[in-house]
Amino acid sequence: MAQITLIEAVTLAMKRAMEEDASVVVLGEDVGVNGGVFRATAGLQQSFGDERVIDTPLAEVMIAGVTVGMASQGMKPVAEAQFCGFSMPMIDHLMCHAGRLRNRTRGRLSCPMVLRFPSGGGIHAPEHHSESPEALFAHMPGIRVVIPSSPSRAYGLLLAAIRDPDPVVFMEPKRIYRWQREDVADDGEELPLDVCFTLRDGKDLTLVTWGAMIKETLQAADQLEKQGISVEVIDVATISPLDMDTIIESVERTGRCVIIQEAPRHCGVASEIAANLADAGIFSLLAPVKRVCGYDTVMPLYRNEMKYMPSVRRIVDAANQVLEVS
Amino acid sequence: MARTVAAFKVDHFQFLGPDGKLLDSQHTPALAKDFDRLCELYKLMSLTRVFDKKAVALQRTGKLGTYASSLGHEAAHVAIGAAMAEEDCFAPMYREYGAQFYRGVKMSEVLLYWGGDERGNAFSGPRHDFAWCVPIATQCLHAAGAAMAYKLRKEARVAVSVVGDGGSSKGDFLEAINAASAWKLPLVLVIVNNQWAISVPRSKQNTATTLAQKGIAGGLPSIQVDGNDLIACLWAMDKAIKAAREGKGAFVIEMMTYRLSDHTTADDARRYRPQDEVDAAWDREPLIRLRRYLMAEGVWDEGSEQELLAECAEFVQQAADEYVDIVTNNPQPVTAIFDYMYASLPHDLAEQRAYAEKYPEDGGHH
Repeated sequence: MAQITLIEAVTLAMKRAMEEDASVVVLGEDVGVNGGVFRATAGLQQSFGDERVIDTPLAEVMIAGVTVGMASQGMKPVAEAQFCGFSMPMIDHLMCHAGRLRNRTRGRLSCPMVLRFPSGGGIHAPEHHSESPEALFAHMPGIRVVIPSSPSRAYGLLLAAIRDPDPVVFMEPKRIYRWQREDVADDGEELPLDVCFTLRDGKDLTLVTWGAMIKETLQAADQLEKQGISVEVIDVATISPLDMDTIIESVERTGRCVIIQEAPRHCGVASEIAANLADAGIFSLLAPVKRVCGYDTVMPLYRNEMKYMPSVRRIVDAANQVLEVS
Repeated sequence: MARTVAAFKVDHFQFLGPDGKLLDSQHTPALAKDFDRLCELYKLMSLTRVFDKKAVALQRTGKLGTYASSLGHEAAHVAIGAAMAEEDCFAPMYREYGAQFYRGVKMSEVLLYWGGDERGNAFSGPRHDFAWCVPIATQCLHAAGAAMAYKLRKEARVAVSVVGDGGSSKGDFLEAINAASAWKLPLVLVIVNNQWAISVPRSKQNTATTLAQKGIAGGLPSIQVDGNDLIACLWAMDKAIKAAREGKGAFVIEMMTYRLSDHTTADDARRYRPQDEVDAAWDREPLIRLRRYLMAEGVWDEGSEQELLAECAEFVQQAADEYVDIVTNNPQPVTAIFDYMYASLPHDLAEQRAYAEKYPEDGGHH
């Protein structure tokens, strides 16, 4: 077993999937010779050749549309958008085609594709490189949305995403691409695409988050533990479909919940979770559900980007507000 | 039986050779003897290059974020700026500093943008110009829209947009050509073909012999010029802008140059690009040939060169100092995240703004 980073786990999962299934191909801008601008596809073209790891012309709409076409004909394309901002032109093909293909042909055609891209802020990147658009994709019927937050979850979830018979948007939290190393066995074991992962057990408060905010959330949990508060931390991991059972079961025990997301608050995934808690968890709640989110603004350029994103202090303050309600 | 219903050709224009000699004095445009203009533009090309080196150095020392270099593109960029009138509209991609300096954008403003501060986009150039555009080729359609506005209002103004060889593969670029053709818009689309879209070479974008012919396919007059030859670039821009201003419609110019730098400071071109290709490209770069020409014509000499380089160094250092001073001593407060979102702040954002003010130092620049 090797100690690897999240991005190395992404590479490893693609390599594994390509070894076990000849219909898996990787395509995108700079994914071949260059191995991806973050090195996510490093070495893959050397291993599998330029017909399975394809450097595309610079055209995101083309990448998305061609990916739908390939998938409809029995291939398993894993497309890369170079950054979250560059996934925006692809929305037409995801919304109007990928997510509808199976349904509108009554199962005659399907779309077993993966669209991967690095998302989120915090790495001093230029404009349009730092957004967290998971809610846009989660709002699309027929599309699964997955965001890993550790090397082992990246490996298992990406393998599952590639093997899944339907389209999956796989968002990679680039701020934590190289944050932690973890033992990851290249055993081909996938993780389920419909469950949350409980990272820490607690009895006083449930913190729910996903992606790179795991980092600040765990730090906030540490601080709260020092105050004597027992904190449960849940990594949602699969945004769509959302595993509310795990979250509700936790809130039934703790009675208090704070949801943390890097994306803007308005109509975000945190709001969806809060609405589900209001629906199915209301009688277990001892306090209002709080959301700690990015602001409903444009992601600022990098000099102010960390002020935009939820800080440990903002999470701890929200937690304490929730804990003060008796 | 078949008959030819359409045929096309693409002309390539070059007036100044890499050795600094005019290729064919008979067909050389008059501007080749306008030494005041050429010396002025040579100075701006040199300044742009000195600026570029400083910006890369600032990035390497942690004082600037990712920066997209303009090294090797100076003739193309300066010609674009010099051919435009102030009332024309420029929709750049993200490395056309030479054009923007001509139009009054300050160097410290370019640094602010790449230094992660939105105030760089509130630049001193024409207020109607577009800001830098990272989503590839989208600016082409905005320029087409600007041209549409001028046409509808019967203003003798022209919109100019720049796209790269990679960007010419995008629908936005092709759709801009199509719209300009359908509506006869006062638009000039410039493909600055520097041969590389990050790691993907021009040959992998498509097998078309030229990118200019994409304009012809859409019904626009289109030419190719040597993008390292300031005279050719300027001649083509002057011609295209004049035609557009006179209501004759849009024009596509492909300027053939070479990206002598990495794509950005976040890139390492050694991973994918042969060094001998880069070395060979240096023999064709735009500054040396223009300097040789001006020197041979007796309007430039070693003394003026040394004087210029000293001036550029001082000017660029002042700009860098100004930038560092702004971000160090006058950073944008957290409220700046909110204050330009709408003409007036909606109630929900006002609430979030007040909340953010309670965390002014949280997660600050690090």
